[in-house]
Amino acid sequence: MDALEIARWQFGITTVYHFMMVPLTIGLGLVVAVIQTLWHRTGRPEYLRMTKFWGKLFLINFIMGVATGIVQEFQFGMAWSEYSRFVGDVFGAPLAMEALLAFFVESTFLGLWIFGWKQLKPAVHLACLWIAVIGSVFSAYFIIVANSWMQHPVGVEMIDGRPVMTDAWAVFTNNTALVAVPHTLFGALAVAGAFLLGIAWYHLWRRRHDGTDTVGPDGRVVPGSSDIPGRDRADHAVWIRSLRIGAVVAMISFAGTAVTGDLQGKLMFDQQPMKMAAAEAACHDGTGFSILSVGNVGSKNCDDVVAVIEVPGLLSFLAEGDFTTEVRGVNSLLDQYKADYGTHLPDNPIYGDRAGKEIQYVPVMEVTYWGFRMMIGFGGVAALAALAALWLTRKGTVPASRGLMRLAVFGILAPFGANAAGWIFTEMGRQPFVVAPNPDPSGIDQVFMFTAAAVSPGVSAGELLTSLVVLTAVYAVLLVVEVKLLVKYVRGGVASAMPELAHAPADENEDQTPGGGPGKPGADDVLAFAY
Amino acid sequence: MELLPTIWFIAIAVLWTGYLFLEGFDLGVGMLMKGFARNNTERRVLLNTIGPVWDGNEVWLLTAGGATFAAFPLWYASLFSALYLPLLLVLVALIFRAVAFEYRGKVDTPQWRARWDWAIVLGSLVAAFGVGAALALTTTGLPLNANGDRDGGPFAWFSAYAVLGGLAVVGFSLLHALAFLALKTDGDVRHRARQWFVRLLPVLLLPIAGWAVALQLQSGKAWTWAAVVVAVAAAALAWFFGRRGAEGRAFLSLGAFLLLGSASIFGAAFPVVLPSTLNPDFSLTVANASSSDYTLGLMTVVACIGLPLVLAYQAWTYWVFRRRVSAAHIPEAHSFLPAIASRVLASKD
Ligand code: HDD
Ligand code: HEM
Ligand code: HEM
Repeated sequence: MDALEIARWQFGITTVYHFMMVPLTIGLGLVVAVIQTLWHRTGRPEYLRMTKFWGKLFLINFIMGVATGIVQEFQFGMAWSEYSRFVGDVFGAPLAMEALLAFFVESTFLGLWIFGWKQLKPAVHLACLWIAVIGSVFSAYFIIVANSWMQHPVGVEMIDGRPVMTDAWAVFTNNTALVAVPHTLFGALAVAGAFLLGIAWYHLWRRRHDGTDTVGPDGRVVPGSSDIPGRDRADHAVWIRSLRIGAVVAMISFAGTAVTGDLQGKLMFDQQPMKMAAAEAACHDGTGFSILSVGNVGSKNCDDVVAVIEVPGLLSFLAEGDFTTEVRGVNSLLDQYKADYGTHLPDNPIYGDRAGKEIQYVPVMEVTYWGFRMMIGFGGVAALAALAALWLTRKGTVPASRGLMRLAVFGILAPFGANAAGWIFTEMGRQPFVVAPNPDPSGIDQVFMFTAAAVSPGVSAGELLTSLVVLTAVYAVLLVVEVKLLVKYVRGGVASAMPELAHAPADENEDQTPGGGPGKPGADDVLAFAY
Repeated sequence: MELLPTIWFIAIAVLWTGYLFLEGFDLGVGMLMKGFARNNTERRVLLNTIGPVWDGNEVWLLTAGGATFAAFPLWYASLFSALYLPLLLVLVALIFRAVAFEYRGKVDTPQWRARWDWAIVLGSLVAAFGVGAALALTTTGLPLNANGDRDGGPFAWFSAYAVLGGLAVVGFSLLHALAFLALKTDGDVRHRARQWFVRLLPVLLLPIAGWAVALQLQSGKAWTWAAVVVAVAAAALAWFFGRRGAEGRAFLSLGAFLLLGSASIFGAAFPVVLPSTLNPDFSLTVANASSSDYTLGLMTVVACIGLPLVLAYQAWTYWVFRRRVSAAHIPEAHSFLPAIASRVLASKD
């Protein structure tokens, strides 16, 4: 492997990893903020417990998002210095704004939320969480503006061989970003929905399994209580409500990703036609959407790809909204790309060993084809499962089946998979460009950069390999630690996040969280001593 | 003179100074987790003094980095790629440190805590050292070629200045943390922090003073020399207040020392942002490394709105958590009975 390939693997691994934490942070953050608002409004004890429990898991995950995000921020300069030099005038601005306008807000107000349970008035405390969560939505917006500029450069002019920003409004309202942001946010909510659903299902199942809850003759649940701290009657309400919220969020967010994804697809047919053709493994011009293509979808020359099952007209619908427009396939696009952007990389030392080599305009089709289908497939399965879950729990608890419980728990992974697949498709489908050309014939179509020219010329393959190995190893270790802690706190139930439940006899719990809702901050409380 | 690039040079100097001022004490508190703190309760006192604020402080680093990218892309690209391995170490250090703060208290066993304590100590130490080395090298130079890339292999950056800068930030952070703990804690920790502060001040500030003076000898101007002199006076004042037990004033004087010291350093370096030790013609300057005026103008507007807001709500955070923390406040470690005692998905019954 040469420096470029190592750098790409490193960027891919670290970013996909960062994006395991990110959607859970955004999605669960929004959900916890809503739940705390409900508690604030109604004062019902189960909402406080839900806030504490889900909030704890949120924080365990949040910190990993922070830790892995720092790598992202430094990585452009470290491994992609030519890229940074080329795009800096446009690309640095959203990154700096993300830090200044979003990360500060997120981290500061989350600190207030974690430590301020006793120090702040309840309404202010709640507002801190909302501000932090809105900060994370803004951070998503800024970073996706940056990313969308790589997908679809706008608002610049070429001066001395570098794109120079001339129209900030165009950059910040890039239509690529305006659809990618809601798509990503819905994708994040899909993760949160499945997370709530899976974990709540497990607890409800466990309550039945342990005999705490029983089922009456009409099939309805009879919530009970046990002498384990926190395992009382109110505990049942915590889980059934979490489950329902999770299921509804999962379904809505799938609908949201489908609508926004369809818009993205239509844009992509214009902006990066090769990516969409490769997503379809569509070699020849046509109208059908392939459900299954066989042959070697990975082959770049398309000769042996055969679509076995095709939905006539659907591809045209995805692209143009009708069923008849011919969508151009890889073969005819290839000629056009060669005509527009050249057949060979220039003989310039910044391309390293690749200088003068032929350009591969077709991305790895196995990845784009399956990536696209995995994204939609995993998301859709999770949404169907959520619908089924609502039906199965209509009598107030889950079926006693262990198999179903396992399915619900492992189902948590599905939307994570969909998110990762979506990004891998988006990023790898853009190859061989790191900044894809904007085919709009306004002069801007000459603003592009081949990935082969983006990597740091001064950094050796050995250095890159070192960082790839080190970061991957560190991330692997931390993943084990994070999952272990999440499992521990999940199994601990609500009491793991509310130790006060363990100190009071079970039947006095209601007094601890009186119907009056959030109390006044105490005068002697220094901090909530989270550490 | 180029107006907007100069403003952005100042802005970036301000961001780095803000970073060293704020994260300075939480890096230092991290390093004091062993040696200074004597038992688990004291360690938790230390952690809880920085608990609500350390992440917000760290964002100053991200903002300094991001602003460098936006305003001086060539500086960002050359500096970060030339210092590839040292920055990798900084990243790993920051990762472990962040995770350790959050995870340390999540399992109640001595081994678990000891492991994360080391992560905090080493993470803070390595991060402070690495950031210091990088900052020193951006003022004293790296072997950059005409394209701005490092010649001479992965360790070509290594020099006495790297070590000096590393020690400078480590030393300052430790001292700043002692001043901070004297201000933010009560009881035994407070008294010890005060004693250590007075005793260690001259040693801990030596490397940073050395860096500032070395740079003055290289490219000092009259006003930056003056800043060095006033900075030394501020350090003397901090020592004096420390001895008298005026903790607030000692902390502020030390802050003034940092402000003046970094003004003298950045001021002496200006207008070069990253000298090339191979050929002065290859050096990156405020003029040849910056973004277009359009981008800088946009960023100026954003910074004029964003920065005062950040300062306001971060100041508010410090106000909310202004009370002193002491060992007497620290509650029992949370140990809980799991609601589910058997193994996760594997029980057979
Ligand atoms: C769609 C959203 C999204 C995407 C595509 C990315 N991130 Fe991210 N990032 C977030 C959404 C987010 C977040 C939800 O806002 C996080 C997660 C945890 C957190 O603190 O904020 C975050 C954290 C986070 C942090 C730490 C902030 C802190 O200390 O508080 C940094 C420096 C970055 N990110 C930088 C990046 C870069 C350079 C990316 C591009 C390669 C990137 N992120 C992709
Ligand atoms: C603003 C956000 C992002 C930016 C600026 C960005 C930028 C880049 C850059 C510079 C590369 C290296 C060049 C290349 O190989 O294409 C890359 C590759 C990659 N990125 Fe992104 N990316 C962003 C977001 C993401 C996210 C969130 C993910 C997934 C979670 C992701 C997944 C990947 C993958 C998998 C690659 C490797 C592609 C390959 O090697 O072919 N990216 N991206
Ligand atoms: C019917 C459903 C969906 C359609 C039609 C769809 C469509 C798309 C398209 C066309 C892209 C590529 C955009 C580009 O390259 O510019 C994309 C990207 C992406 N998708 Fe989907 N998607 C769907 C469902 C989902 C689901 C369920 C999730 C996650 C749970 C998801 C997560 C993502 C992510 C994270 C990206 C990369 C970021 C971005 O470009 O927005 N998608 N999707």
